[in-house]
Amino acid sequence: MKLAFDIFTVFAVSAGALFFLAGTVGLIRFPDSLTRLHALTKVDNLGLGLIVLGLLPQANGVFGALKLVSIWLLVQLSGAIVTQLIAGAVRQRGPQQ
Amino acid sequence: MTILSVFDIGLAVLVLGIGIWAIAAREAFAAIIGFVVYGLLLSIAWVRLSAIDVALTEAAIGGGMTGMLMLGAVARLRSAKGNDTPASLPVRFAAGVLCTLVAAGLAIAVLSPPEVIPTLAPMAMENLPQTGLGNPVAGVLFVYRALDTLLEKVVLILALLGVWSLAPDGVWGGIPGLRVYAQPSSTLTFLAQLLPPVGIVVAIYMCWVGAKEPGGAFQGGTILAAMWLLVMIAGLRSVPSIDQRWLRLLLVVGPVIFLAIGIAGMVLATAFLAYPAGYAKPLIVAVEFALTLSIGVALGLLAAGPPERVQRP
Repeated sequence: MKLAFDIFTVFAVSAGALFFLAGTVGLIRFPDSLTRLHALTKVDNLGLGLIVLGLLPQANGVFGALKLVSIWLLVQLSGAIVTQLIAGAVRQRGPQQ
Repeated sequence: MTILSVFDIGLAVLVLGIGIWAIAAREAFAAIIGFVVYGLLLSIAWVRLSAIDVALTEAAIGGGMTGMLMLGAVARLRSAKGNDTPASLPVRFAAGVLCTLVAAGLAIAVLSPPEVIPTLAPMAMENLPQTGLGNPVAGVLFVYRALDTLLEKVVLILALLGVWSLAPDGVWGGIPGLRVYAQPSSTLTFLAQLLPPVGIVVAIYMCWVGAKEPGGAFQGGTILAAMWLLVMIAGLRSVPSIDQRWLRLLLVVGPVIFLAIGIAGMVLATAFLAYPAGYAKPLIVAVEFALTLSIGVALGLLAAGPPERVQRP
């Protein structure tokens, strides 16, 4: 059982790391602010989500797991709203480059 | 070489790289973003050194709060453009020499450590059970070196007085010039309605858990300040003028309670800032809660800046 959990953790965290890599490549390579934001939000949602999911079996009891999930939820919330705010600023002022 | 040492070396290289980037950046705004990232990376380095308390403070104060203060300074510089004269060559040369001297001194101190590293850690751990605290950092801050902690909080208020004294005479006691982005039904308003309840709970948790585990008044206070600033920037609450009595009361309540308990220690215990036997932990928790409030208000007002307009009746 422990082995199964460990394999699950390695798999999910690696998948999350892959999303982080893809998101970073997108952030560097995408042509304008809005598409770059798109790349970033994918990292927040899926990358961190998969990492938290993978870490859940290793968490320190139910409260540790709850803390992990709430960190993910808070990052989701702030990520989504900051993205909205930046996108709004870009639309108002026009793209910089 | 284990995977952890690879991680550590990578982290150190990244910290150095971001540091150089922040210094070399042409634009002040970019340099500050670099500085904030530097603070966050540094806090990961503190986690790797098992100094979770320092990591939390670095992320909250070094990355977040200082970054916000410097962003405010850049915004101010931008609006005051036109009369900025670049520093003359001798000034730049002197600054460079002084920085090199400081860096060289630090390098010598770090690269040639003494044979036996002087440490009080075993003594601190040995006497910790007497205080009833579980977190040795809280023990050092509030028992062994309580005077330092008290003075540190007073310094915070002095810093705020320094910011306030930049105000012209006419608007003294007025409203700080924090920029407000009030738009009805915007996403920012939504965040400012949703996040503060969560943030306040996290701040209380940080403060409460500080006696037992990493956390404490500074970390909790920074979160409180962030929540307060968010509500003010979204325009849900107006920025208070600095002559409000409740504001000044909140500012000093932490240091005053700390000082009162310290003086009471001269009568009830053995010395100034000594706690009566058996009451150390409840007293420390009370001081921490009051300090959290004061630090939150002080940091929020530091970020809000000097007063710029007088309240119209």
